[in-house]
Amino acid sequence: MASTTAFEPIISGAWGQPKSWTLEHYRKRGGYEALKKALELAPAAIIDEVKKSNLRGRGGAGFPTGLKWSFVPKDSPKPKYLAVNADESEPGTFKDRYILELDPHMMLEGIAIASYALGVHTCYIYIRGEFKFPAERTQAAINEAYAAGIFGKKMMGKDFQLDCYVVRGAGAYICGEETALLESLEGKKGWPRLKPPFPAVVGLFGCPTVVNNVETLASVPHVFSRGADWYAKLGTDKSGGTRLVCLSGTVNRPGVYEVDMNTTITQLIFDDKFGRGLPAGRKVKAVIPGGSSAPVLGADELDVALEFEALKVKQTMAGSGGVIVMDDSSCMVRCLWRVARFYAEESCGQCTPCREGTPWQTRLLRKLEEGRGEPSDLELLSNVASSIAPYPPIGLGNTICALGDAAALPTHSFLMRFRAEFEAHIHEKKCPFGDKPWGAFGDWS
Amino acid sequence: MAEPLFTPEEQKKFDAGIAEIISHYPPDRKSAGMLPALRLLQELKGWLPPEGMRLVARHLEVTPERAYEVASFYVMYHLKKPGKYVIDVCTNLSCALWGAEKMLAYLEQKLGLPAGESNEMFTLRETECLASCGTAPCLQVNEEHHESLTKAKLDELLAKLT
Repeated sequence: MASTTAFEPIISGAWGQPKSWTLEHYRKRGGYEALKKALELAPAAIIDEVKKSNLRGRGGAGFPTGLKWSFVPKDSPKPKYLAVNADESEPGTFKDRYILELDPHMMLEGIAIASYALGVHTCYIYIRGEFKFPAERTQAAINEAYAAGIFGKKMMGKDFQLDCYVVRGAGAYICGEETALLESLEGKKGWPRLKPPFPAVVGLFGCPTVVNNVETLASVPHVFSRGADWYAKLGTDKSGGTRLVCLSGTVNRPGVYEVDMNTTITQLIFDDKFGRGLPAGRKVKAVIPGGSSAPVLGADELDVALEFEALKVKQTMAGSGGVIVMDDSSCMVRCLWRVARFYAEESCGQCTPCREGTPWQTRLLRKLEEGRGEPSDLELLSNVASSIAPYPPIGLGNTICALGDAAALPTHSFLMRFRAEFEAHIHEKKCPFGDKPWGAFGDWS
Repeated sequence: MAEPLFTPEEQKKFDAGIAEIISHYPPDRKSAGMLPALRLLQELKGWLPPEGMRLVARHLEVTPERAYEVASFYVMYHLKKPGKYVIDVCTNLSCALWGAEKMLAYLEQKLGLPAGESNEMFTLRETECLASCGTAPCLQVNEEHHESLTKAKLDELLAKLT
């Protein structure tokens, strides 16, 4: 159950304060004190602390961060790299952007700690191309960190060099996939690599590389400022800390909220601190709990915590924290069509099931939405999705990377939970929602 | 003689920019600078002229085909000269639930331009999620975000694009 003590945001605490993004402001809040503490530890001890903290990756997969760090070979003669994944592009996700804009030093401190622990001397922050302003804020913070002797030849006086560069993407969702990100950092098109070998062993330029998400790295300083045990206790048994969730869709107060891991979807949507419910007269029909890749949930499945393990039990995922709410006046076929179109647009074209299957799904859904569907189309749609990635469970995809899974999971889950609505489109030979398929806020003015 | 690609001022910026980009990578990995180098070219010329891509490739010691391969993979690179203002409208799910389709239709009518097309002044495109789902609907004008758009706010914005 949710704890009764007052909740204290640790990642978003300074958002909204004037100049929260500056080094001066960050230092006033105790910024870079965690790095000082970490620099007194042996690198291996830092990794142990992060393991103890139960910090899990906030980019989508929820992989334990300390464990990921421990996969980097200690005796490799090659240079090691840290690549920061700031390619935030999963529909429904908009949290990392605010860290970059409003508190970039928190991430930079995490970068410094990670680099020292891993023996990394070069870090690339890969920021999606569309994030001009967040990239400018990040670069300004990096410049401050160099001037303050945090980055550069000596890290806070210690004989340890760290250089840090911003690299901007150029518009490709696939580059958020870690191996595509590495290809892109190498100056190529973003075609994912087969794993294994994993990036921790063979990553950027063939060298050991850790790829971590922005929020993950921004969480790292807290593990050292107040201790791994404290951090672990903030969360659940298997998942330490707090987490940022992004609430969007048909709710009264969309936005990024930092929550206790025990917070349920129902609380997020209806609580006064968070979404404040739906417009008068409307009810929830469907919720995507972890970015548009995550299997959709129905209205009777929302008393579930926004946490990795709890959502896994529901055959869906916490993913990147993007919670999208659809009300009872929105059309499930239309919503799924838009999601399917996204994956068709963003498929990199490398694997046949995804390259051919994603536009096929999109065409079938458009046909259904326009009332031209035949009864056999639902079976066909399901087969096309299964040929990309069957479900359940999650993770059976027939493609090199998880974009295939991401494209098939919405189709499977919408068909499972809202089949009657798909059938109605076929029987009525039109969309039952007419020219208002987007729910209560769909009329723009 | 064909007109030179760069003015002397642009040439200076390009040379300095390329040198800075290359310095971020190991000496035998110059080609890693492809994305930033193409961005630099686009910032100077507004698009990626073929002779510019050949020049980038030469500096990064790869074939021109490599530059074109990268340029054609990523949607933010312009292989044709766009309008003065590139308007990218997000119509993904969270924005659609806040009226993005209607906003796009309004823009098409107001600019007299179907999505996907360009004229001297404008390039109008549908784009994928811009990470403004909490402040939907949204669009970018030349890579600047504009969020929580109403018809009144959009009209005000368009009036400034002259």
